[in-house]
Amino acid sequence: MIQISRWKIIVLALSLALGLLFAFPNVLSPAQREALPGFLPKNALNLGLDLQGGSYLLLEVDVPAMRTKRVDNLVEDVRVSMREARININALQREPGGVVITLADQAQADAAFKALQQLAGGPNQQGVQERTATRQSGNRIRYGFTQATLDSMGATAVDQSIEVVRRRVDSTGTKEIAITRQGAERIVVQAPGQNDPAALERVIGQTAQLTFQMVDSENSVADAIAGRVPPDAQLLYGDDGVTPYLVKRRILVSGENLTRASVDSDQSGRPAIGFRFDGVGARRFGEATAANIGKPFAIILDGKVISAPRINSAITGGSGIIEGNFSIQTASEMVNLLNGGALPAPLRVEERRVVTAELGADAVAAGALSTAIGFTIIVVFMILAYGFLFGGISVIGLVLNGLLIVAAMSLFQATLTLPGIAGLVLTFAVAVDANVLIYERMRDEARAGRSVIASMDAGFNKAMGTIVDANLTTLVAAGIMFIFGAGPVRGFAWTLTIGVFTSMFSAVLVSQVMLAYWLKATRPKKLPIADSETVR
Amino acid sequence: MTWWPLIKILPHKTNLHFVKYARAAGAVSVVLCIASIVACFYPGLNMGIDFRGGAVMEMTKADNSALDIGAVREAVGELNLGDVGVQGIDSAASAIVRFQVPEGEAQNAVVARVQDAINEAVGEVRYSGVSVVGSKVSGELFTSGLLALGLAIVLMFAYIWFRFEPQFGFGAVAGLLHDVILTFGLIVLFKLEFSLNMVAAILTVIGYSMNDTVVVFDRLRENLRKYKTMPLREVIDLSLNETLSRTIITGVTAVMVLAALAIFGGEALFGFSIALMFGIVIGTYSSIYVGAPIILLWGVKRGELAEDVKPVKLGMASRP
Repeated sequence: MIQISRWKIIVLALSLALGLLFAFPNVLSPAQREALPGFLPKNALNLGLDLQGGSYLLLEVDVPAMRTKRVDNLVEDVRVSMREARININALQREPGGVVITLADQAQADAAFKALQQLAGGPNQQGVQERTATRQSGNRIRYGFTQATLDSMGATAVDQSIEVVRRRVDSTGTKEIAITRQGAERIVVQAPGQNDPAALERVIGQTAQLTFQMVDSENSVADAIAGRVPPDAQLLYGDDGVTPYLVKRRILVSGENLTRASVDSDQSGRPAIGFRFDGVGARRFGEATAANIGKPFAIILDGKVISAPRINSAITGGSGIIEGNFSIQTASEMVNLLNGGALPAPLRVEERRVVTAELGADAVAAGALSTAIGFTIIVVFMILAYGFLFGGISVIGLVLNGLLIVAAMSLFQATLTLPGIAGLVLTFAVAVDANVLIYERMRDEARAGRSVIASMDAGFNKAMGTIVDANLTTLVAAGIMFIFGAGPVRGFAWTLTIGVFTSMFSAVLVSQVMLAYWLKATRPKKLPIADSETVR
Repeated sequence: MTWWPLIKILPHKTNLHFVKYARAAGAVSVVLCIASIVACFYPGLNMGIDFRGGAVMEMTKADNSALDIGAVREAVGELNLGDVGVQGIDSAASAIVRFQVPEGEAQNAVVARVQDAINEAVGEVRYSGVSVVGSKVSGELFTSGLLALGLAIVLMFAYIWFRFEPQFGFGAVAGLLHDVILTFGLIVLFKLEFSLNMVAAILTVIGYSMNDTVVVFDRLRENLRKYKTMPLREVIDLSLNETLSRTIITGVTAVMVLAALAIFGGEALFGFSIALMFGIVIGTYSSIYVGAPIILLWGVKRGELAEDVKPVKLGMASRP
């Protein structure tokens, strides 16, 4: 083993060159990196959110709530369709995933079934029949979602929510935000440091629940403020947080019926929000406005009254504008929210972690300092323990190791987190272990009376199995962290894994090649690290 | 300079009778393990928000003037959020606030309420880090954390069983359990926060402890083949003595480096590094005093070992 073998030198030179190549972008500024010619690697270390600052949000899609809501809409559709077909209904009985319609007149059963089949329509673009009508005994018909639709509803809702969140996030012009699915019903949003976490949370955290409700004109607002709120009304405040409004609890139309919002302007040219309802929304809005001409109604977003205009005439077209105290900016923000905001199901924030860029920078500084100190300690200790030659060789292996770790992490874009930095420092300590195992083995063999060359050879040979065994256990531990861990822990596992490979490689190969040169050059009579007594 | 390299002054051939003291050491270990297990339930682990849910906010007075921690505590306490903790850090202007998010309330609403209350009590404050974990997620994280630890131990056992002998496997697992339990005891003793990072630390301790054990076992197996007639007790002592210098050098390196991390790594890495450091010390001790002596309890079928175990293919350790 102790010979200068050509392939070992080639491998070593190659890994040094590749290491330098892939680690190189880290010493450049982002602008310099962009300016690099295309064939050179551009990726620097990918810092985790805990190091560069940023926000992590774990959102859960409330699928059961969405199912209920979808069935609500379905029941409403049935009611409308039956009314339009002039069919009298005795009862609508809800059941999971659908509704059972009991007709007043059995003679209308055929007509009703036909109308419902029409309502169900054909298969959607994916070729899936979403809703079906089935005749039950006599005057009863069941109308509901097909099993296939019910089964895929949760997954679809999560997909749609991801879409909505992405649209909202994109519309804010923020950069490099990762939106990923986690498990069956969760979404992870990760935004790096240059983004304002508060703004991001406003955009995602806002439910964007838009409702149109009548203003309670019969009771006085002053009474309500004094604590006497009528049971069918609620006290809300305006956008300014000061102006009180007494609003009926019944919701006329909500944002779910909104098909489109746009930035518009009112008659005097101030920014306003144009909106358009879908069929159901237009009908409800038309009926409500026709019945309440002359009375004010309130447009409410997330519990705040944006405006409360008076109804001048029935609005049957299903579109209109919302006037309010908008600037172009707030109007377009709200338009984005309303357009992107048709969340199929409520999103609950289950976990959030926000780190400001300064705190991240502090962590990087602390991490860098402790890495440097840890590295120095190892260097000093190894040279003290094993001398300039053997200690020095292990230090050179360590430097190559560090270079390769940085290069590999930049290449694979593995996330470096704060625990990951700790993993890096620890990797250095354990990397030296390979050298220690080899050197100690050499000393053992020298003690047993072997020549310098024989003991060095045996040192490498016999220590190798132990080194592989010992490192495999670390790999197992890292693998488990990878499977079970989240975020920072995964970053730690990454560093540990990459470190195991690079340290086995550099510690063993570097010392083999360098010691071989040393042997050839000096032909020593005695192992410099052998016990003083064993002079041969 | 005869003293340098320092390695020369390490006794070239130690002849410590480790096994002789194994019984006493074992008794101490058992007592410490029981104490640690008891401590995990009473007074119990100091669970971080990762595992019990709740919120942690790091804050600094906007004008960098001294922060009135008492006022913050009082302001947050009045909100009835259960279990409120306020703790000053580094500079007088900064503090960490912990509180629970009551069941059924929206996280953002509670956080906003707390921030409002603090701003009102002590003036404008900047929040440099805010973490909130819901009770559902924290429960899942806790389960998967424990699962990870359990799986790690099982896999290590399987690995040692496969690479060595069943007896070695038992010895290794006894050592691992010992290390994990004592590390938990230490976490309780020093009131370190038990968090996801801490699970990573314990997993690393498991990895390191195994690393150490493997080195000792490797030598033990080799010596068992080499000295077929030497009593097991003496072979164990011999192997431990032969690997002692490596054990010490690697252990000392790791501990020094982790000490640097604990001192200079800042608040976030402190608990993590301390747990790792002690875990590694315990792991080193256990591979000497728990792993190897347990093999003595079970005994090893020497003949089998010499004939049936084929030369290991992975490495070259068993090459004659």
